[in-house]
Amino acid sequence: MRLAVREALLGFRRAPMLSMLSITTIAFSLFAFGLFSLVALNIRSTLSAMESRVEIRAFLSDSTTPESIAAAMGDIGGFKEVARVEYITPEQALERARLELGEFKDVFEAGFLPASLDVRMREGYRDPETVKKVADRVKVYDFVDDVRYGEEWVQKLYSIRNVATAAGIILGLAFAAVSIIVIGATIRMAVMARSREISIMRLVGATDGFIRRPFLIEGLVKGVLGGAFALLLTRVASSLISRYFIQTEFFDTRLALLGLLGGAVIGVVGSALSVGRQIRRVQ
Amino acid sequence: MTVIRFANVSKEYPRTGVALHDVSFNVNKGEFVFLTGPSGAGKSTILKLIYFDELPTRGDVWVSSTRSKGVSRKEISLLRRKLGVVFQDFRLLEDRSVEQNIAFALDVIGTPQDKIHAKVSRLLGQVGLSSKATSMPRELSGGEQQRVAIARALANDPVVLVADEPTGNLDDRATRGVFQLLREINAAGTAVVMATHNLDLVKRAELRVLEINRGAIVYDTDDEKRRTPELTP
Repeated sequence: MRLAVREALLGFRRAPMLSMLSITTIAFSLFAFGLFSLVALNIRSTLSAMESRVEIRAFLSDSTTPESIAAAMGDIGGFKEVARVEYITPEQALERARLELGEFKDVFEAGFLPASLDVRMREGYRDPETVKKVADRVKVYDFVDDVRYGEEWVQKLYSIRNVATAAGIILGLAFAAVSIIVIGATIRMAVMARSREISIMRLVGATDGFIRRPFLIEGLVKGVLGGAFALLLTRVASSLISRYFIQTEFFDTRLALLGLLGGAVIGVVGSALSVGRQIRRVQ
Repeated sequence: MTVIRFANVSKEYPRTGVALHDVSFNVNKGEFVFLTGPSGAGKSTILKLIYFDELPTRGDVWVSSTRSKGVSRKEISLLRRKLGVVFQDFRLLEDRSVEQNIAFALDVIGTPQDKIHAKVSRLLGQVGLSSKATSMPRELSGGEQQRVAIARALANDPVVLVADEPTGNLDDRATRGVFQLLREINAAGTAVVMATHNLDLVKRAELRVLEINRGAIVYDTDDEKRRTPELTP
């Protein structure tokens, strides 16, 4: 292993430009991916903040008895999708409306707004389908006049998030593929540059696995360095965006480490895919 | 004991056609064999078949109990640890010192680090280059460079040393020195198969000679008989 590490480092020293090219390509590929992930991450956290506000509001008819309300609250509160049910009296509804729509507070009068049951969904059950299903179940009570649950914006919210995730995955894979191709090409050049060592290794009885090892280590190191460089670029970009445009959230340590791991995987996979074929060409 | 056995070996290349045709011979442990013949006769092909750089199209090659038929890449690597190979162009790593060139061969096959230094010193002593350990290959004469290559080939304590025109690039004095070194290695029990154009050397040495022409053995001093080359028109 010592020799493999030494040979790998020698590879960097002998072809510094080529090594820099590989690292920079990995870095820029991951940087582009990182930027996109940053956008996705920020959309996601905004969405989950909005998501926690998803609720179903069931408006009750004026004649509803307190017993019926209490029974319905017990029933609905028992649904596994439901976090909590709250009874809002007409007075509370008025209060809230005045608070939320301050400039129109004089327009509202007592008795103008009906009482309602506000149903908050549990986390993991806030997707449009489940919300609609629960809303339909709430609607069956006779004393429920109407149910509102912001159907449209719940759906929009989800489609934005799905598009963001899908685009992130597709772009990520595309960039990873580009990096792997570039690494493959640089491995080819590195093998040619070290063909003499390889042929001597072969001659004295080194196995293919042994000959491959320095190239894999080189790929791993390039990948991690590329990942670190990409992380740095993304951090700078995130700070600039935060300063001049909009406050953004940066990756936590776990995600940052995942970025480095991504670089390492790209580096090793790119090397592994190419090196076997290339060293077999060396006589 | 036979260390090399060629049994009806033929080798054909897709582009250049037949390189060897139905070649059979044995080399015993501790034997010294010259391969002679004109350029393109098939000498290098025989050597490549010995260190399994090529595999026969037909027939079978055995080298130190490894058989060419169905051999795996791993087995080839392991076989080469029992062989030493020397070339006309030395094939040294130009950016490493003499001792690093030899240590490299030992390192590659997993020799423990604490044993490498002692072994390199012993090998350099054996080839008479102890004082050049830290020199770079370009600072050495051709004869000295070939001695480094031989030291590297001996690193594995080979049972067979294969030498492809080892004196081809050397003057007379260096040729004699390198040949003397090969004789000493042979005297210590290593079989040597040496391809050469140097007929003076061959005549003076009075050792076994396999003469190759057009891909066939046309003369073998061992059985003292002339064979009819089957490819001769």
